[in-house]
Amino acid sequence: MTAMFIRVDLDPSAASDRELAKKLAEICPVNIFAQAPDGSATIVEENLDECVLCELCVEAAPPGGIRVVKLYDGAVLER
Amino acid sequence: MRFYEFECKLLLAKMGVPLPHGGTASTPEQARQLATELNAPVVLKSQVLSGGRMKAGGVKFADTPEEATNAAAEILKLPIRDQLPVCVSVEAKAAVAKEYYLGVTYDALAKKPVMIFSDMGGIDIEQVAEEHPDHIATQHFSTLVPYTDFRAKELIASLGITGGELTALTGIATRLVRLFQQYDMTLAEINPLGKLEDGSFVVLDCHLDMEDEARERHQAVLDALGISPDETRQGRPPTDFEIRGAQVDAVDHRGVAGRVVEFDGNLGLVIGAGGGSLTIFDAVQKYGGKPANYCEIGGNPSVNKAMELTKLILSKPGVEKIAVIMNVVSNTRADIVARGVIKGVVESGHHPAEKISIFRIPGSWEADAFKILGKYGVEYCDRSVSMSEAARRAVEKTGA
Ligand code: SF4
Repeated sequence: MTAMFIRVDLDPSAASDRELAKKLAEICPVNIFAQAPDGSATIVEENLDECVLCELCVEAAPPGGIRVVKLYDGAVLER
Repeated sequence: MRFYEFECKLLLAKMGVPLPHGGTASTPEQARQLATELNAPVVLKSQVLSGGRMKAGGVKFADTPEEATNAAAEILKLPIRDQLPVCVSVEAKAAVAKEYYLGVTYDALAKKPVMIFSDMGGIDIEQVAEEHPDHIATQHFSTLVPYTDFRAKELIASLGITGGELTALTGIATRLVRLFQQYDMTLAEINPLGKLEDGSFVVLDCHLDMEDEARERHQAVLDALGISPDETRQGRPPTDFEIRGAQVDAVDHRGVAGRVVEFDGNLGLVIGAGGGSLTIFDAVQKYGGKPANYCEIGGNPSVNKAMELTKLILSKPGVEKIAVIMNVVSNTRADIVARGVIKGVVESGHHPAEKISIFRIPGSWEADAFKILGKYGVEYCDRSVSMSEAARRAVEKTGA
């Protein structure tokens, strides 16, 4: 089932940063990020609704790198 | 968790509490052997976890080994509340002159353990309390200091017991409290405690309940009794619904969505928070509602866990609506539960506004929860609405 409450937008340049990808996979408490075999960051769709809105990913990425969107009210966590 | 009577007696024996002579038999032949060895009239009792053995025919008396063999054969194949006995106890029939009651449990209101003594044993202590309150004495005690003989004596003497009888009962009472504390029991009860014609005392029947969460601490003693970790030890075997509820809780370590108990009503309950489940369950019944289940959620369950629990409850035939009610939450997030419950309803093929009669989880992240619920048209309320009132609204919407 697709996510009903949360969307995470990952900028392509942030996604291709291997160091950032590793960090994102480490810090997200609910495993929304994974590192693909080529080292890039991917989103684990089935975990999206578990997002606890902690903003750790937003802080770890460069400005504009990650946006966490609350689908139920349109609010966006970004920097 | 409950213990079979013979296991209770093994634990009481460790404490030095006097017991009748006897043992357990898994076959009629073993019962014959025991009766022969005892060389006296015997009482045979079905070893099941539920009560009501006497009424169900699970207790029989035998004067000879042959009678004991036949009685054991009958008892061993007699289910009581759908449970076949694990074995039958065979004990020398005691010449009882008088019966007493001794029990220890927790008094939730006083937040202390309470020792209960009565000189009218052999019947339900609740019945004694109601019909003969002058034959019952209670005494709260602290878990911080050892329970002394002096305190036990004070309690027992308050019903006019004196002399050797007082001394003997005092020793049994303090040992029972020691067992209660040492093994993290929630109930330790000897009923009846028989005073024999020769003046000695013997435990005729007993009941022990251990706190489920304490099982790990007492693994050694449970192993010695042959109790495996997957034995739930409740009053009846778990239903398929309850087994699946335990699986929902077990597969995800985040938070609690457990202790699912099946009932046959039409209102599914997603409830919890430090005793809140019991309050809410009672409130639903008070307003004439019929719960489909009891459950306990808390400790910030994941969205997935709340979703799976909701799906399980909605899959139960006859469930028309669910009520999602908790006390004010701090470590559980209202928005996470809201997401899980709504997902569960949608994945079950229903519309949240139709299936969720009320959502009342005030506290941590309630603002986000209310936005989620508002989006799906679900009725919600904050802490200005009591749990009881929320239950009333759920019942009103669902119908009895
Ligand atoms: S906000 Fe927190 S939980 Fe959500 S995706 Fe980012 S790191 Fe994961």
